[in-house]
Amino acid sequence: MPNNFLRRVDLIFDEDCNLKDVLKSTYQRSNDDIINELLESGLKGRGGAGFPTALKWKFTSEQPDADKYIVCNADEGEPGTFKDREILFKVPFKVFGGMAICAKVIGAKEGFLYLRGEYRFLLPELENQLKVFHSALNDLGINFTIKIVMGSGAYICGEESALFESMEGDRGEPRNKPPYPTVSGFRKKPTVINNVETLVYSFMIFRYGARKFKELGTADSRGSKVFSISGDTPKPGIYELELGMTVEQFVEEFGDGDTKAVQVGGASGFCVPRKKFKDTIIGFEGVPTGGSMMLFNSSRSMYNVLKNYLEFFEEESCGQCTPCRVGCQQLKLGIEAVKKGERHAVYLDQLQKLAQTMKITAKCGLGQSVANSFFSIVENFKEEMIY
Amino acid sequence: MAKKINLIIDGIPVTVDEGTTILHAAKQLNIHIPTLCYHDDLCVAGNCRVCVVEMKGARTLPASCAMPVAEGMEIMTNTIKVRTARKHIIELLLSEHNAQCTTCYKNGNCELQSLAAEYKISEPTFIDLVPLKNYQIDAFSPSIIKDDSKCIRCQRCVRTCEELQHVSALGVAYKGDKMKISTFFENPMFEVVCTNCGQCVNRCPTGALVERNYIDEVWDAIYNPDKHVVVQTAPAVRVALGEDLGVPTGEIVTGKMVSALRRLGFDSVLDTDFTADLTIMEEGFELLGRLKKVLVDKDSSVKLPMTTSCSPGWIKFIEHTYPEYLDNVSSCKSPQQMFGALAKTYYAQKRNVDPAKIVSVSIMPCTAKKFEADRPEMRSSGFKDVDYVLTTRELAVMIKQAGIDFGALPESRYDSFMGESSGAAVIFGATGGVMEAALRTAYEVVTGREVPFDGLNITPVRGMEGVREASIKIEQTQGDWKFLEGAVLKTVVAHGLTNAKKVMDAVRAGKGDWHFIEIMACPGGCLGGGGQPIPTSAEIRQKRADAIYREDAGKTIRKSHENPEIVSIYQEFLHEPNSHKSHELLHTHYKERQRY
Repeated sequence: MPNNFLRRVDLIFDEDCNLKDVLKSTYQRSNDDIINELLESGLKGRGGAGFPTALKWKFTSEQPDADKYIVCNADEGEPGTFKDREILFKVPFKVFGGMAICAKVIGAKEGFLYLRGEYRFLLPELENQLKVFHSALNDLGINFTIKIVMGSGAYICGEESALFESMEGDRGEPRNKPPYPTVSGFRKKPTVINNVETLVYSFMIFRYGARKFKELGTADSRGSKVFSISGDTPKPGIYELELGMTVEQFVEEFGDGDTKAVQVGGASGFCVPRKKFKDTIIGFEGVPTGGSMMLFNSSRSMYNVLKNYLEFFEEESCGQCTPCRVGCQQLKLGIEAVKKGERHAVYLDQLQKLAQTMKITAKCGLGQSVANSFFSIVENFKEEMIY
Repeated sequence: MAKKINLIIDGIPVTVDEGTTILHAAKQLNIHIPTLCYHDDLCVAGNCRVCVVEMKGARTLPASCAMPVAEGMEIMTNTIKVRTARKHIIELLLSEHNAQCTTCYKNGNCELQSLAAEYKISEPTFIDLVPLKNYQIDAFSPSIIKDDSKCIRCQRCVRTCEELQHVSALGVAYKGDKMKISTFFENPMFEVVCTNCGQCVNRCPTGALVERNYIDEVWDAIYNPDKHVVVQTAPAVRVALGEDLGVPTGEIVTGKMVSALRRLGFDSVLDTDFTADLTIMEEGFELLGRLKKVLVDKDSSVKLPMTTSCSPGWIKFIEHTYPEYLDNVSSCKSPQQMFGALAKTYYAQKRNVDPAKIVSVSIMPCTAKKFEADRPEMRSSGFKDVDYVLTTRELAVMIKQAGIDFGALPESRYDSFMGESSGAAVIFGATGGVMEAALRTAYEVVTGREVPFDGLNITPVRGMEGVREASIKIEQTQGDWKFLEGAVLKTVVAHGLTNAKKVMDAVRAGKGDWHFIEIMACPGGCLGGGGQPIPTSAEIRQKRADAIYREDAGKTIRKSHENPEIVSIYQEFLHEPNSHKSHELLHTHYKERQRY
């Protein structure tokens, strides 16, 4: 039976567009016009947090500073995502194009692409593509250059302010916010930092107009999204799908017939158990995702899944703030102790309270989001945690 | 004028300047918000999260130390949400902390301990992480002991070392559960660029960084009937010791301190101020000598500007960082080491005591002095010139251990000789003090007149600004000093090694045309030393400085060369400044050290 609700889209990898044409037509428009079109599209950041892209650009454009930057966050580190890699491999010119449009709006002369350390193999080809791009800009008389900066493999450097610290040569630790990047980002200057995919959608919105994008998706989650699908699925891979589907529809298409849970949004996302598949929308009105979709069938121990995530966080926390540094260790040791019978099952309640504290007191999104997978796995698979 | 912001904290409206943090706005309302990583002297880190508060409309609890106020903001500092979160955070810190408080050197003076008490933490909620980590105590340094098992990763030490001192001996290593405060290649503190200044010790909220204490060694010496224990006290100790003994900040306790030292059982209670005066004689004449060699003899082997050498933190800093300028450093030992060399020679002869039986103890505001006393260069008496260095804090501990009611002690005077001092020596404890003292003497030597400043107070070199320049025109010179007629003596004063770096970078770039540079490693000079009572802040340091200048103003002798004991030591023992004997005992040289 065909899955009527699952609409495949081909915006991201669509090669029916000419970089120069899009840039030329967009550069002729006023900045307000560009921002309004982007606002109209309803595009929200594709990194996971979902901040309206147009507003980021607008706030940065309003800053009086002479130096401003556009940074592409290509530090794709969330467990289970690998879509930015594919985008950078196949259509890097669209990423660069999105950056060039943003640069015009905010008044940036320099852009940076912060590339995940593990993606170093992409670097030579990206540099080649960048040469082509720069020469196109030269032809168009656009004064804008992009440099690629390599990360070194720390998950935390995907957090925007830690990414700036890393780019500046310092230890990748998140900063206090406010000020936000739109006011004080790279080199403490107003900076737009967008995910790879967000920049491509921005570019495509100026290729096809906001309407085409807006027709897709729901009121809260406009457009389509690239998903990285892995786990217990017969067809793992990268798919661009319209937003607004339920987990049930998703599982129908990608499950192996025995799916017991889907982890939406990676280790920092939410675990949706089978009983909630029907009522859970994948999108900002339900469970948001930066693209990671991991399917688990009944052969999997959700205790092991959670422990794996906690081990990941324990290691990838930058370690500066107490709730995240110590909290991650305590959550991991705590579930181990309960599993081994060293602590009573009620200790899980204590750990849930701790996770709640982490959610509201950690300095950045990393520590705050550990609670997402912790709550959703412990609450839905409590028996697996204890026995 | 700054824009005013209106907000409400715990239901009370308050108006503050734009840019104020919630923490400071609450302080204006006398609302106490607990903090750990926050320190007045340092940039905001916002990493301990103890100071979180509830903000109306916000999903998370912001850290009040890092969150600036905004118009119409509503803050609640005492809700169940806040209380639960803070308690959790304290419990998390305790789970990571070696909480063997009863055997901790900082027992009773630990910010984490106080917070645990404030929040009435009883049973440990979480799993003890300390046994899971392979902590090793770094106790190689003669100055500072670092125990990572007590570290709460607040990074005050890291910020201190970087921001105030520009040394960065301490940094953050690893991430996640393995994150720790460490050194270059995790070498011991003793083997890295650490200057031993102890500013980190002064700001560590727990017992992770403490001074190496020699309290028991000193007690043993005092109790040993075969030993003659001589104690000297540095200028800055007397303006801060009281803080650890229930006396208000900024009160000078010289007389009580002398009484207490006698009660502790020291055989002779003497004053580093005496050798501070002696330093002025030696260093002042060294400066004049250098000027003559450079200006008259055109001797290119003699270097100017000359820098002071009293601060052992500064000495180690220049050894590591600007070794090419070591010849610019005055060859004078610090007052502590001059005293030590004299205690086992001049003092021993005059008092007819076998120098082998003398135990020389110094009370210093400083942890670097411990390292200095251990230097191989500091044995010119034929013995270790200074056997034990105690910080102001350690002396306070000994006074308490001896059961002395410090506040009720009578005042008494130092023993003589090597106990008399001038006001010029007293101000050694404050930044700019050595400069002022040197100018009072040098100017008079050259011109026969007092320095042309009202009441001998050379105010341009005083104050808390990081780098301060002053110049004096020298006129109507006499005798050998005619060559200085009409010259303008240019000086600069810096305190805190970050400021020292600014001065030395200017010298290196050829931008500073100074003749004489005073550098103190610690903020405010010795009064803000790493061995002084905890806590420290700009306000506390200012009060100590005010006390020092009050003491100077009240002294009958204000100039080093007028100290009668100084006059006698030259008559009886040293003959003249920079004599052969002086060079043997009171001067030294330093060596280049690796940066890494």
